[in-house]
Amino acid sequence: MPGAAGLPRRNGELVFDAPWESRAFGLAVALHQARLFRWEEFQGRLIGEIAAWERDHGGDLSSWNYYQRWLRALELLVVDKGLCSPGELRGAVSEAAAADDHHHA
Amino acid sequence: MSSQAESPPPVAGTFPQPEEDIAVRAKALEALLVEKGLVSTDAIDQLVSAYENDIGPMLGAKVVARAWADPAFKELLLTDSNAACRQLGIGGMQGEHMRVLENTPQVHHVVVCTLCSCYPWPVLGLPPNWYKYPAYRSKMTREPRRALREDFGLELDDSVEVKVWDSSAEIRYWVLPQRPAGTEGMSEQELAGLVTREAMIGVAEVEAPSGRS
Repeated sequence: MPGAAGLPRRNGELVFDAPWESRAFGLAVALHQARLFRWEEFQGRLIGEIAAWERDHGGDLSSWNYYQRWLRALELLVVDKGLCSPGELRGAVSEAAAADDHHHA
Repeated sequence: MSSQAESPPPVAGTFPQPEEDIAVRAKALEALLVEKGLVSTDAIDQLVSAYENDIGPMLGAKVVARAWADPAFKELLLTDSNAACRQLGIGGMQGEHMRVLENTPQVHHVVVCTLCSCYPWPVLGLPPNWYKYPAYRSKMTREPRRALREDFGLELDDSVEVKVWDSSAEIRYWVLPQRPAGTEGMSEQELAGLVTREAMIGVAEVEAPSGRS
C-alpha cells in the first residue's frame, strides 16, 4: 500500500499503524484546540464507543482497533455538536469512496 | 464532566457504517470539516508531526533524571508535578493535572486507564498499543502482579506493595521509577538514556547500565 513505507518511526516503533490513524488523531485534537468541543466531550464519546465494542465482542478481542473507536466517537461527536449533518457526512464519505475507486481503477 | 456510557444508535442508512473503509471515512471527515473552515490541514499536519517526532518518552526521561540527580527537584516533582515539569519547559495537552508516583523498595506503582487510554502526553507522548488494549486495562486492574509477571516479565517480591492507579478522570499519573544501582557519577543525560517509557508507566524497572553492577 503506498504510503506505508513512508510512515516515520521513532525508536523502531510506529506511533500510528496507518496514515488514517494519524489524521483521525490530529483532527480530533485540532477541533478541540479550535474550541469546537471540550476534550471531556470527546473522551466521553470514546469511552462509550469502547464500552459498546467490548460488550459486542465479549471475549473475542481479535478485531480490536483503537483508532476505529476513536474515529467513530469523533464522527458521532461532530454531528452531535452540529459541526456537520449526518447527510453531509454521508455525502462526504460517498464522494471520498468514489474518488478512492477511481484512483485504484 | 459529561460522560456517555452508551452511544446513541446512528440513524440507519445515513451514518457511515463500521464496515465501510475506515481510511475513506477518516479522509471524508477531514475533508468535510476543512471545507467548512473549521480546521486546517496544516493544523492537523503539525499536530501529527509533533506527536510523531517531538513529544515522547525522552521528555519524561529528562524529568526522571533531574529528579534522581537533584533532591529538591524530586521533592517538587512529587508535590507539584506540573510545576516541576514546567521548570524543564515540559507540559501541555493531557498533562494539565499530572501526579508523579515514586516507586520505592516497598511500593511499586503502575498506571492504567480503565475506561479508555488516558495518558500523560507531555512526558510520554501517545500511548503504545498495548496500553490501550482492553485486556491490559482489565488484567492490570484485577490482577496486577500476574499481569506484570506474565505480560511484562516483571516479578515483584511479595513484600512489595503494588498499587494500581486509574488515569480515567482528570489526573494523569505517571511513575518516578527507582534509580538503579551502578549509576553513581552518571550525568543527567546518561541517566535519562536509561529511563524507558515502560518504567514510567510502571510495567518495568529501570535497568542498570550494562558493564556496571
